[in-house]
Amino acid sequence: MPTEWSFRAITRAIVPVLTVLTLVELGSGFVLGSFETTLLRYPALLVLVPATIGMAGNLGSVLAARLSTAFHLGTLSFSPTDDTLAGNAFATVGLALTVFPVVGAGAWALTALTAEAGLGLPTVVLVATASGAVLSVLAVAVTVVATYAAYRFELDPDDVVIPVVTNVCDVLGVLVLFGIVQIVV
Amino acid sequence: MTAFEVAREAYREALPALSASLVGGLLAGVVLGGMREELQAVSGLLVLVPALLATRGNVYSSLGARIATALHQGLIEPRVRGGDPRLRSAIAGSIANGLLASAFAATAAYIVLWSLSASPAPLATLVGIAVLAGLFSGVTLSAVVVLAVFAGYRRGYNPDTLVGPLVTTTGDVFGIAFLLLAVRIVLALGGG
Repeated sequence: MPTEWSFRAITRAIVPVLTVLTLVELGSGFVLGSFETTLLRYPALLVLVPATIGMAGNLGSVLAARLSTAFHLGTLSFSPTDDTLAGNAFATVGLALTVFPVVGAGAWALTALTAEAGLGLPTVVLVATASGAVLSVLAVAVTVVATYAAYRFELDPDDVVIPVVTNVCDVLGVLVLFGIVQIVV
Repeated sequence: MTAFEVAREAYREALPALSASLVGGLLAGVVLGGMREELQAVSGLLVLVPALLATRGNVYSSLGARIATALHQGLIEPRVRGGDPRLRSAIAGSIANGLLASAFAATAAYIVLWSLSASPAPLATLVGIAVLAGLFSGVTLSAVVVLAVFAGYRRGYNPDTLVGPLVTTTGDVFGIAFLLLAVRIVLALGGG
């Protein structure tokens, strides 16, 4: 049953979720603020931030949508040998390893056009690719746990899993980028 | 299907949407990279960036999903002219909630930074920037979501699969671009 289409009903449905999600996202903002000096010194890393956050959230939400559908169709079982689960997990890692090197190269090239990149192309591509590899594994773990939790608590995965996974992956995006930058740069 | 076939199909289906989001993310990144002066002028602004971008995604993908479901159920007609009152109140509700969440994010960020004695920019500056950016991007994203979902539906696309990539891509680009515009307006008005 969809929520009633009145201003008040929509506000009542969305405000509690939005408040919690905003606080979670602020957490990643504070992590970002803690390495602001590094980001301002190396603009190429600053350019990576929205793309990394967005891509992490998208990898999670694509996987969550596919697992939710498989779950509704009854073709999913929560076992490591399940073909649907394993196939989708592989695809997520493969997608990350395809897309993140391009993100890194793109961020470096666009920065080089407009300002001093401060870092070499291989460093930026390495930061992006390593972040993507770690993030894809985390995205799979978060999505599988969230979908399983929705199943155990008899919630509709479409309503719950996608917003939770997208926002958790956003936060993980910043944390992983922070960690990799600490190691590589 | 074997795991390999599942993986190949999932990869092929997801790559176009992720590529669109890659382009959007990099465009947003370029604007953010060009905002270094503003980020230094308004202490605490960078802390707000993830929360403001996520608010756009959360509020307007919920609006898009709501419209998509209503179209499937025949509750609303895919026409903008002679606007359905339910559609108008859903849009007004989304923009109002987006503004509320933006102001809340700015206030919470200010309180935390202030209590850590990280000397953030004045509360009025941060809230002003967040609300102004929320208003600009709210109006734009509502228009994009409604028009694109209606146009897609009339051409026979499933609006459910359109909403996600559309909102994340346009949300990031417009979110950051209007954040820059809002910062410039507030700084010009003497905040900061």
